[in-house]
Amino acid sequence: MEPIIRVVHLNKQFRGKDMEVQALSDVSLDINKGDIYGIIGMSGAGKSTLVRCLNFLERPTDGSVYVEGKDLASLTEKQLREERKNIGMIFQHFNLLMQRSVIDNVCFPMEIAGMKRAEARKKALDYLKIVGLEEKAQAYPAQLSGGQKQRVAIARVLASDPKILLCDEATSALDPQTTKSILQLLKEINQKYGITIVVITHEMAVVQEICSHVAIIDKGHLVEHGTVEEIFQAPKSREARKLIYQGCEKVAEMKGRRCVRIVFSENSSFEPVIGNMVLAFKTPVNILYANTRDLDGVAKGEMILQLPEDTIVADKMIAYLQSAKLAVEELKDYV
Amino acid sequence: MWDEKVIQMIIEGIGESLYMTLVPTLLGYVFGMPLGIVLTVTDQDGIRPNRAVYRVIDFISNIFRSIPFLILLILLIPLTKAIVGKSYGSTAMIVPLTIAAAPYIARLVESSLKEVDHGVVEAAQSMGAGTWTIVTRVLLTEARTSLIVNATIVTATILGYSAMAGAVGAGGLGAIAVRYGYNRYQPDIMIVTVVILVLLVQIMQGIGMMLSRKFDRRRT
Repeated sequence: MEPIIRVVHLNKQFRGKDMEVQALSDVSLDINKGDIYGIIGMSGAGKSTLVRCLNFLERPTDGSVYVEGKDLASLTEKQLREERKNIGMIFQHFNLLMQRSVIDNVCFPMEIAGMKRAEARKKALDYLKIVGLEEKAQAYPAQLSGGQKQRVAIARVLASDPKILLCDEATSALDPQTTKSILQLLKEINQKYGITIVVITHEMAVVQEICSHVAIIDKGHLVEHGTVEEIFQAPKSREARKLIYQGCEKVAEMKGRRCVRIVFSENSSFEPVIGNMVLAFKTPVNILYANTRDLDGVAKGEMILQLPEDTIVADKMIAYLQSAKLAVEELKDYV
Repeated sequence: MWDEKVIQMIIEGIGESLYMTLVPTLLGYVFGMPLGIVLTVTDQDGIRPNRAVYRVIDFISNIFRSIPFLILLILLIPLTKAIVGKSYGSTAMIVPLTIAAAPYIARLVESSLKEVDHGVVEAAQSMGAGTWTIVTRVLLTEARTSLIVNATIVTATILGYSAMAGAVGAGGLGAIAVRYGYNRYQPDIMIVTVVILVLLVQIMQGIGMMLSRKFDRRRT
C-alpha cells in the first residue's frame, strides 16, 4: 500500500543573521493511511518544523514530501492551498479566531471553500455535536476553557473534511484529565472517519495513549521509528530509552549494580514469573519499578529489577526471564 | 459681544472643523489602509514577504511623517492649487491634511494588524486560505478593536492639524481662535473655541472607545 505521507531525505535549514541552524537532517518517514503516528522528541528537536513541512507551512530546504503520492514541492501556490484542505492542523494554543463565535470559527474553512452560509452553519452544528459542544455554538472562544477551545479547533478541522490531521503539541497546554479526553476524541475521529493522524508531542504518555506508530527525533535526526509496541518493548536508541524511562524514578539506597528491565506482554502476565524465579534461585531480587501501560489497547507490564550481586546467579536469572518469553534488557548505570 | 453673529460664527467654525477633520481622515484611510495592509503583508515575517515593496512604502511613509505639518502644507500649495483650484479655504486644506494623514494611518494600521497572533494566521494558512482571505477575514477582523482605537487617535490628530491649518488661511475653530485670541486680543472667544476643541476630542475619544468595546468579543 502506498503510504499517505512519504517523507524522503528531508532537510531544513534556517538561516539567521550570521549562523545557520540545521533543524532537520535527512529525515525519511512513511506514514500509512489510518495510522496514528506519533513524532516525539525533546523541545527544540525539530518536530514542529517537521510537521510544518508536511503541509508546506515551512518549505524544506532539501528533500521531498509526498502526500497521497503528490510531491508537494511540484504544486503551484493554488494547488498547494487546495491540497492543504486535505491536511487539517490543530495547535498547542488552539489558534481560534477570537472575534468570531464558536460556530463561525467552525464555518471558516467552509467559507474558504466557498460554501453557502446557511449550509455551512448547518454542517458546523453537526461538527460541534461530534466534539460535544453544540450548546456553545453562540459563545466566543474567550468564554471557553482550554479543552473546549481545542474541541472547537477539532470541529473546525473536521469541517474541511481532511484525510490527514496534524496535531502540533495539541494537548501540551491542557491538564492531564483534559488531555485524556482530547486524545480519546482524536482516537474516535481516527476510527470513525479513517483520518490519518500525526501527533507531535514531547510526552511519551501521549504516544502510549493513542499512537500506533512512533518516530523519535533528536537534534533534527530521526533516531528510531516503528510501531509503538516494538519501540516500547525494545528501544534501541539512547534517546528512545530516555523518553520511555521518563516515568521511572530512581530509588535511592541501592547496593546491587546490575538491573534489567522486563516487559510482559498479555500472555505472560498470567504466570507469576518473578515469584517462581525467586523460589527457583532462592535469592531475592529487588523490584525497583513496576507499571502497566495501555499500548493501543494491549496491556503491557514493565518492571525494573535489581539483580543479586553474584554475577553467575544474575546471568542465570536473565536466562530464566528470557526463557519465560519476556523481553529482557540490561540497564547500564541505572542505580 | 456674545451676539448672534459671534455664536453663528462659532457654529460655522465647528462645522468647518469637523469637515476638515472627517473628510481627510476618511480619504486618509482610503489611501493609508491599503498601504498599511501592504506593509503588514510584505514584511519579513508577513504572509507574502517582499523586501523591495516594503522598503519603498516604509521609506515614503517615514519621509512624509517626518515633515512638520505646517511645512508640508506650504510645500503642497502647488499640488493643492492643481487639485482644488485654490490654496486657501477649508476645501483646499483637505489635500495637505489627507497627505499628512495617509502615511500616519498606514503605520497605525500596520501596527494594529501585526498585533494579530501569528498562530491564527498560520491556522488559516493550514486551512488553505489565500492572502486576500487572510487579510480580509483574519487580520482586519481580528484587529478591529485596535483599528478602531487607532482611528480615534487619527481623528483627534487631524483635528489638531486642521486647527493649525486655520492659522494659514483655512476656516474652522482654529482660525477663529487665532483671529480673536492672537490678532484682536479677545481671549474669551479664543478660550471658548479651545474648550470646544477639547470637547470635540473628548467626544471622538468616547465614541471610539465605545465602538471598540462594542466590537470586542474577547471578553469573558
